[in-house]
Amino acid sequence: MIRFDAVTKQFPGGTVAVDELTLTAPTGKITVLVGPSGCGKTTSLRMVNRMIEPTRGTITLDGQDTGRMNQADLRRGMGYVIQHAGLFPHRTVLDNIGTVPRLLGWDKKKTRETSRELLERVGLAPELGERYPAQLSGGQQQRVGVARALAADPPVMLMDEPFSAVDPVVREQLQDEFLRLQGELGKTIIFVTHDIDEAIKLGDQVAVLRVGGRLAQVAEPAYLLAHPADDFVADFVGRDRGYRALGFQEAPRLSLHFEPTVVLGERPEPTDAAWLLVVDDDRHPLGWVEPRRIGDRPVAEAALHRGGTVAREHGSLRAALDAALSAPSRRGVVVDDGGVLCGTVLAHEVLNAIETTERPQRDESDPVHGGAAAVRGEEDAP
Amino acid sequence: MTWLADNWHTVLTLAWRSLYLAGIPLVIGFVLSIPLGWVANRWSLAYPAIITTTGLLYTIPSLALFVIMPALLGTKILDPVNVVAAMTIYTVALLVRTVADGLGAVPDDIAQAATAMGYKGVRRLFGVELPLAAPVIAAGLRVAAVSNVSIVSVATLIGVSQLGDLLVDGYNRVIWGELLTGIIACILLALAFDAVIVLGTRLVTPWLRVQGARP
Repeated sequence: MIRFDAVTKQFPGGTVAVDELTLTAPTGKITVLVGPSGCGKTTSLRMVNRMIEPTRGTITLDGQDTGRMNQADLRRGMGYVIQHAGLFPHRTVLDNIGTVPRLLGWDKKKTRETSRELLERVGLAPELGERYPAQLSGGQQQRVGVARALAADPPVMLMDEPFSAVDPVVREQLQDEFLRLQGELGKTIIFVTHDIDEAIKLGDQVAVLRVGGRLAQVAEPAYLLAHPADDFVADFVGRDRGYRALGFQEAPRLSLHFEPTVVLGERPEPTDAAWLLVVDDDRHPLGWVEPRRIGDRPVAEAALHRGGTVAREHGSLRAALDAALSAPSRRGVVVDDGGVLCGTVLAHEVLNAIETTERPQRDESDPVHGGAAAVRGEEDAP
Repeated sequence: MTWLADNWHTVLTLAWRSLYLAGIPLVIGFVLSIPLGWVANRWSLAYPAIITTTGLLYTIPSLALFVIMPALLGTKILDPVNVVAAMTIYTVALLVRTVADGLGAVPDDIAQAATAMGYKGVRRLFGVELPLAAPVIAAGLRVAAVSNVSIVSVATLIGVSQLGDLLVDGYNRVIWGELLTGIIACILLALAFDAVIVLGTRLVTPWLRVQGARP
């Protein structure tokens, strides 16, 4: 557990980057610091491993004051990932990953083995290990950056906009894999970003900071979307917050409709319906076709309308609603965990379900820290 | 050409003397400029002091420095050590700034990552800063090498013989073959130094020439 206790950072010249920050990053959870530029999020992060020393206040790591710990030891116990990965260009990928283990005095063989394991763990091919960073794509470099931070298996990870410099598709992949890795490793992570969508996707709790380094609100993502503490937070979390909050609410058992289908490459049965769902031989939905355009010809790949999204049976309300809204037939396709068609659902049915689900309860006693109570609660348990 | 054919043995001996009179100071100067450059880069107050002092040293005329050396070192006037010491000062004067600036030019994100991993002091210097500064330092070394070969020829005037002898003797006695041989030998020696440094740099910076490298 990392705890900021009334931490203030004032730079020479008088700029206050962080102002009286009190915040707890619980063990094994991802705490995201998010805010506009100048809100002190990166400064706060760097105070954790003392790359910047606080002016006032203390930061404790599992109850120990970091200000009294040996700087190099403190840093080697915390993985650090930055925006452009910051890989050493003069070392091969494997040597980059093995940096901290070598600094800690591990022998060459053990370092090598660990590095290879990590390379695989972050989804990179073994042959990339002998290359230099300049021979990798931005996304690959970022994966190596994560592997390097994980190498000595530190309990804490500090991540400073690690996925901001890659294109959106790669970013999404990296985020998904990051969550998968965290699911396996359970590190205590502080993650800095300026992107509220990223914050909400990745954070177990999200701390919104305002310019001048003041904490505006810290809460679980769903709570933050439902109960922004003030106008600044409401503005920052954005316009579609009502819709986005649905992403955190598991769909209750929706009653699905039977959907007539046609297998790709076969002729459709005569039908009056304007749209017909096309599936493959294993009943995985592929897209929609308009029977009146096809007549009695077999369904060809080119005739498929692929605009509709697909929701999982026990997925979020957001996915179910989106499936209904995006399908040309307005019938949202729902599949099971294996991707096999279960049936379809209509938008108004999802809306009915939304109306019957509860929103996170507002904690009136502490508007700033209120929504973090659940995350903290797990921490306080012995 | 006949002059060279008659005197090639002398030319080789002189070239060998030029080689070590210019080369040994280059190596010693290089080794000395690393800690000096490191200090200059590390402490902002030290930078102007060190850079200005070494810059001033370079402005001392070589002949004057050669002549002062015996007084400073307590050596004999004809001792080649005088030349080696003076040339070392010139090498340091040229290299300190390059080393300091090269070490300071480590890209910010890499420096940050190094700090975050607990890289400090000497380990940081040899593990991160020096390898990354290698191309810049090599460029400085090439300049210093060529400059050394050129300056060392002045040593003839204080009686330390090397390729400069050919220039002085050839000029005084108007032997064109000797003069020309001296000039060409100096150029070839400078090119040889240059080639060795370029080759050495390639060997210690394999990451700069990998296939598919992105700048």
